[in-house]
Amino acid sequence: MGNKQTIFTDEQLDAYQVILTKPIVVFVGFFSPSRLHGRYHELAPHLVPMDYTKDPDCKLPLALIVNMPELKENPFRNRIVESFSEDGMGNLSFNEFVDMFSVLSEMAPRELKAIYAFKIYDFNVDNYLCKEDLEKTLNKLTKEELTPEEVQLVCEKAIEEADLDGDNKLSFADFENMISRAPDFLSTFHIRI
Amino acid sequence: TSWRQWRQSTHRYLRRLQDDVHEWLTALQLWRSDIHIIEGMFGTGILSYFSFLRFLVMLNLIIFTLMFSFVLLPIIIAPHFMLVFICSVYPTSARQGLVIFHEHIADLLSGGGFLEQTYLFYGYYKADKIHFPGTTYNLPLAYLLVTVAYLFLSLIWIVKRSANGFKRNLVQDEDRFQSFCNKIFAGWDFCISNMNAAKLKRSSLLYELRTDLEEERIKQKIADRTREEKCRIYLIRVILNLFVIAVLACCFYSIYIATIFSQEAQMNEVKVNFIVDLIHQYLPSIVITLANFITPLLFSVVINYEDYSPAFEIRFTLMRCVFMRLTSIGVLLFSLWSHITKCKEEPCVCGYNHVLYSCWETRIGQEMYKLTVFDFIIIVAVTIFVEFPRKLIVKYCDCGLAKWWGQQEFAIPQNVLEIVYGQTICWIGAFYSPMLPAICTIKYFFIFYIKKVSLMKNCRPATRPFRASSSNFFFLGVLLIGLSLACVPVIVSVAQINCSQACGPFVNYTTSWEVLPTAISQLPSGVQTLLFTVSSEAFAVSFFVVTCLAMFYVIALAGAHKRVIKQLREQLAMVGILNLFEGCQPWCNFTLRKIHLML
Repeated sequence: MGNKQTIFTDEQLDAYQVILTKPIVVFVGFFSPSRLHGRYHELAPHLVPMDYTKDPDCKLPLALIVNMPELKENPFRNRIVESFSEDGMGNLSFNEFVDMFSVLSEMAPRELKAIYAFKIYDFNVDNYLCKEDLEKTLNKLTKEELTPEEVQLVCEKAIEEADLDGDNKLSFADFENMISRAPDFLSTFHIRI
Repeated sequence: TSWRQWRQSTHRYLRRLQDDVHEWLTALQLWRSDIHIIEGMFGTGILSYFSFLRFLVMLNLIIFTLMFSFVLLPIIIAPHFMLVFICSVYPTSARQGLVIFHEHIADLLSGGGFLEQTYLFYGYYKADKIHFPGTTYNLPLAYLLVTVAYLFLSLIWIVKRSANGFKRNLVQDEDRFQSFCNKIFAGWDFCISNMNAAKLKRSSLLYELRTDLEEERIKQKIADRTREEKCRIYLIRVILNLFVIAVLACCFYSIYIATIFSQEAQMNEVKVNFIVDLIHQYLPSIVITLANFITPLLFSVVINYEDYSPAFEIRFTLMRCVFMRLTSIGVLLFSLWSHITKCKEEPCVCGYNHVLYSCWETRIGQEMYKLTVFDFIIIVAVTIFVEFPRKLIVKYCDCGLAKWWGQQEFAIPQNVLEIVYGQTICWIGAFYSPMLPAICTIKYFFIFYIKKVSLMKNCRPATRPFRASSSNFFFLGVLLIGLSLACVPVIVSVAQINCSQACGPFVNYTTSWEVLPTAISQLPSGVQTLLFTVSSEAFAVSFFVVTCLAMFYVIALAGAHKRVIKQLREQLAMVGILNLFEGCQPWCNFTLRKIHLML
């Protein structure tokens, strides 16, 4: 993907002022809807209508979306799709699909990415990154090639590094503080489409 | 509002124009597509090596342009040399009569013979002032100022380039502070869509995590050491360091002997044999290359017994190799210089041995030229005769040798040291051989393609990831060390050593530096007083004091910030405890927001 492929209209450029008030964010996607719609449509041509003026209520299941080439090799693909779906099961409507790729694009601001990264790594959806979440994250990353003792050690060290309020798990404030110090976060938490 | 709209649309238009121009400029960059391919296949560590190589090509090109426009061009277009004062004998070393073909090759390889009295070397620039219709061009002044200019320009460019890497490195010291979190939460590149790239990333993350765990384990072990063990370790380290110093001293001594032997063999009129002569000419280069090949192996064996943490081991070995590489050039120059100033009757009449060395700068230029040529030959030879056969053996032969040797990995530090070594020679040699930067540009140009081909065909991706952000800092740091080491011989020879009276632009002066005071004394008195004030001790001392004050202020500010951050962190911990109780919500939110803004 080069700069030529994403063409933003002026109105969309202006709409990039995202004001974060709470974790549930309402904003306009960063891509022109028609191009992403092409991708959404080709995932299930018989399910997805071409005409969106009547605002149809159609959702694609998780299994179809995680097979997209951009997500296929990602160890967190299931969690990514689940965090953007309203029902938490991974069924994405077109708006949610656009939201997902917008947050993961290079135009999204750091705070927004941090919010969704927290959601993605929170496997048990309890608004905290506890030791089990970290262990699951690590195992997905390394495809379980670390020994259980190594996994324990790494998770302990990670919590030690980032936990500021001393409750042995990472709240969103801890996570955001840690991620703002990570130099690679913006360049790695990014999908090109 | 129409005014506001117009302003907004102009602003947008200008921004888009800026982006377009920026994109066009990046498209013009040399080798952009090649480097892009390399990045895709081998990652960012090797990418930074190749972009470093490209940087050196551009740097050498600029240095040569400087030299060409201020030194070569005036002489080339000068109507004829107007010599103000001729004083001495400079016997021509061009071969007379019928010349056999292989003697031309010998001349080409050693910079002697027909090459000696050409634009290639310092000795040819025997012009004091060039009289053009209208102006007089002071060539010696230009020569000296161009030398200072290219050293200064290199310094500025390198510092500018490393400013980014340094900023990143400072953040990375925080990274030591949360290295595990960074790897878990920001380690996976979400752009990866290729199965092989994913496998590679996974194995590199695994390696990094394991290395970090190992570091932690060793830190724990070091903290647990008893006093007895500590004494034993320190004793071993002292002994091994003495051993390393002894090895270095041996190498330096052998370089000294080889240089003296080579110089005397070249003075000897009796020519033995084409090959033997060439070996005599190249003896210092051969000894230096051998030493630089053996010592890294030795260092990597020695470091295993010194029991440092893995990260420190790598850095320390690298520092030793850097020291070895760059000091060997210094030793070569020192031995040359000691031979040049050794006369039959001490002290030397002209300040140097004018009988043997009627033009010693050209001699040094020739030695630098030979080092450059030999370096290039070795790189090509190693690629062709070691790397390609290794690939063939590993691919087609199933014997134990193939399994033990393994497929080639692109060793970034060694390759970087190689090209920094070449660049240091170029910086030193540019004063004695104005066309050396052009030769180095061409050399690095070819090295890029040779290394690229070797990388694509022979190497497999590294199992040890080399972090790009810190590696940029490492490359430029080593280059800076090379630059400072290169400045020393140049400064010593400009300021201290008597220049040749038989050749070169400085025949009318005792040392090369004298041109500058002579030229300044011819400037109007107002400018003279200004320059004298600026270079006086009072000004220098006050400038130094002001810089120190600024530095202390910045350090104090950083310390104050650190203290504030610590306090706020403690407050945050308290907030967490207080959150267990109700009724403190507003205060908690306020503190959290304040902390968020501060951090």
